Amino acid sequence: MLLVFMTLIGCERELSDEAEFATFSKTGEIFTDNFVGLGTNFFFPFVSDGAKADVFSVDEDVAFESSASIRIDVPNANDPDGSFAGAIFIVDGSGRNLTEFDALTFWAKSTQGVSDITMGFGESKFQVARNDISFSTNWVKHIIPIPDPSKLTEEKGMLFFSAGTGNTGGFGYTFWLDEVKFEKLGTIAQAQPAILNGVDVAQDAFIDIPVQLTGLSQTLNAAGRNITVTAAPSYFEFKSSDIDVARANETGLVSVVGNGQATISATLANVAAQGSLALNVNGTFDFAPTPPARNTNDVISIFSDAYTNAPVDYFNGFFSDGFQTTLGGAPPLDVNGDAVINYTVLNFVGIGTFQDVPSINTTEMTHLHIDIKVNESIDPGDFITIQLLNSVGDNETSGSVRFESDAFTRDQWVSLDIPLNDFGLADRSKIGLLFFISDATISDIFVDNIYYYK
Amino acid sequence: MNKNNIYKSLKVALLPSFLLTMLLVISSCDTDETQTVTTFTKLVMADEFDTEGAPNNSMWTFDIGRGPNGDGWGNQELQYYTDRTENVKVENGFLLITAKEESFEGASYTSARLKTEGLFEQQYGRFEARIRLPYGKGLWPAFWLLGNDCDTNIWPNCGEIDIMEYLGDSPTVVFGSAHGPGYSAGEAETKEYSLVNDRFDTGFHIFGIEWGPNYINYYVDDVLYNQITPEDVSGEWVFDHPFYIIMNVAVGGSFPGSPDSETVFPQTMVVDYVRVYQQ
Repeated sequence: MLLVFMTLIGCERELSDEAEFATFSKTGEIFTDNFVGLGTNFFFPFVSDGAKADVFSVDEDVAFESSASIRIDVPNANDPDGSFAGAIFIVDGSGRNLTEFDALTFWAKSTQGVSDITMGFGESKFQVARNDISFSTNWVKHIIPIPDPSKLTEEKGMLFFSAGTGNTGGFGYTFWLDEVKFEKLGTIAQAQPAILNGVDVAQDAFIDIPVQLTGLSQTLNAAGRNITVTAAPSYFEFKSSDIDVARANETGLVSVVGNGQATISATLANVAAQGSLALNVNGTFDFAPTPPARNTNDVISIFSDAYTNAPVDYFNGFFSDGFQTTLGGAPPLDVNGDAVINYTVLNFVGIGTFQDVPSINTTEMTHLHIDIKVNESIDPGDFITIQLLNSVGDNETSGSVRFESDAFTRDQWVSLDIPLNDFGLADRSKIGLLFFISDATISDIFVDNIYYYK
Repeated sequence: MNKNNIYKSLKVALLPSFLLTMLLVISSCDTDETQTVTTFTKLVMADEFDTEGAPNNSMWTFDIGRGPNGDGWGNQELQYYTDRTENVKVENGFLLITAKEESFEGASYTSARLKTEGLFEQQYGRFEARIRLPYGKGLWPAFWLLGNDCDTNIWPNCGEIDIMEYLGDSPTVVFGSAHGPGYSAGEAETKEYSLVNDRFDTGFHIFGIEWGPNYINYYVDDVLYNQITPEDVSGEWVFDHPFYIIMNVAVGGSFPGSPDSETVFPQTMVVDYVRVYQQ
């Protein structure tokens, strides 16, 4: 069988030589004993993401069924030249026609078992990634199915990898790849594409505030086992139930153009994707007032697009004491590049600055500013209390200021400028928590522009 | 390049086996020219499934429920067999046997099992069907024959010929078997047939046997992949009396295991035709 296999390889090589002058090569091989048809300048490490540049070599001592392999040396997490190994192999020349294949396959082994390797192909538009790939210390064949081969008429991104030390306690290791090629396995079938991770999502949207579709994947059954890969938006066809309300482009960006309801659904290679996005559009988004320009020394910003923000541990501590119900803030909403927090099911919620970030020294400041919009009817007796905790967990002290129902107006931004003296704190040099407390009297609020100033 | 080097260095030592290997490859390529797959050509029964609705009741009857002992037909199968349209119907020229996930009469799944018992029974012949199979862990479709005397001559003494069995989590593999006294269930005389670069749930394939005195030949499409004779079985040869046809999709049980989170329901076995020939 081994010999027959070699014969087949020999045949395919002849083919690829003949096809060399064609516009788009149909060669599937990427690396057998050496790189196949990739040209000279084809290795591009993800340096801007913090990857170490110098991790790749051709190893002539280790190989699967041949005499050489691709060797990747994953650096230690504390390597000053980069904390992980990640790079893409891009054809130095014209792209390849991969429409007759159904998977990228390779053999791999590593010096120790790891199970958090990401690998894939596609330069950008048709990028595909398989996450949580397991490498073991013996050679194992891995399969990355192509979500829809008909899209890959001219692809240059042959292979990429991203490997860190999350499984190894920060210690580097080595892995090898061999027999890397696009193949027609014939055993890849039963597609189950998904958008939004297969969930039917319903949410409010606002005119001119686009929504990015995420959680795009393709699941294919490879000879009995499901394999899920993330798939770039361009593999999907998106459809809107009402294009006068919302429409999605090929990058998965949903433009919101009119009032009403629209549901975005998708297909991949004519198979309906699980998951949809139902948008309820009612007007434009009402942003909080823009804070005035201030000198850097006059403001300590916690959450505002107008100033440089201090680092925070979280915008919702999700205190697991059984009492907190509040959702939202993890992370804040991104409304077309403007960050806003929407707390819902509010009873109380804390913004933390005491665990992994410096606490906030507000001694020099005079006021705390917060913009709040209440998104529901306000009844007499409703309130929101703002509470500050100083020196959390270490002789902590707290002080609060309560705002009654008449301080707020439904669906309108209200700017609170609270004199810090009103909190009655003897020491406010180590503010570690800022609480919003409503005891569920008010449950749905937008919050923006939280900062101390003088 | 380096492969060629290996090839050269191995060539001398491995030459005989290399030749053998190449010969095998060549002969398997030419199967349809050199190998006689079927010889019985007198058509005696056929259902082409051309009439919409319920299967032809002059040809097919049903097993209903969870087996005579309520134990999942002796295999701890999980489905309840019905003759409802949801589980079995003829549509667009195909017989559809559909396994569904639903609570029904205490079972978690429903499906169907058709048989020709009392309607069409034959000793010897060529039995074949063209089928597209379902997929997924726990699915266990089959096209098989059972001896018509099983009521009095308790299984496995009455004989069972499995023309095609398949497990949904191995969509590239089918197997054909013969069960008799001393060689039944896990000890049955059986052989697998694997597709290369293809699978049984994405297209139609022909599954058949040609059965005569002292032999059963098993084929898939144009490939004869096994012959079972009295010399192969470790007990009495019990295949010299009339058998009837069964087609079913079982779910779960001791053999395939239960469906798992990846199993998609409903799953349908699509049958294009069933044909029986005599010599």
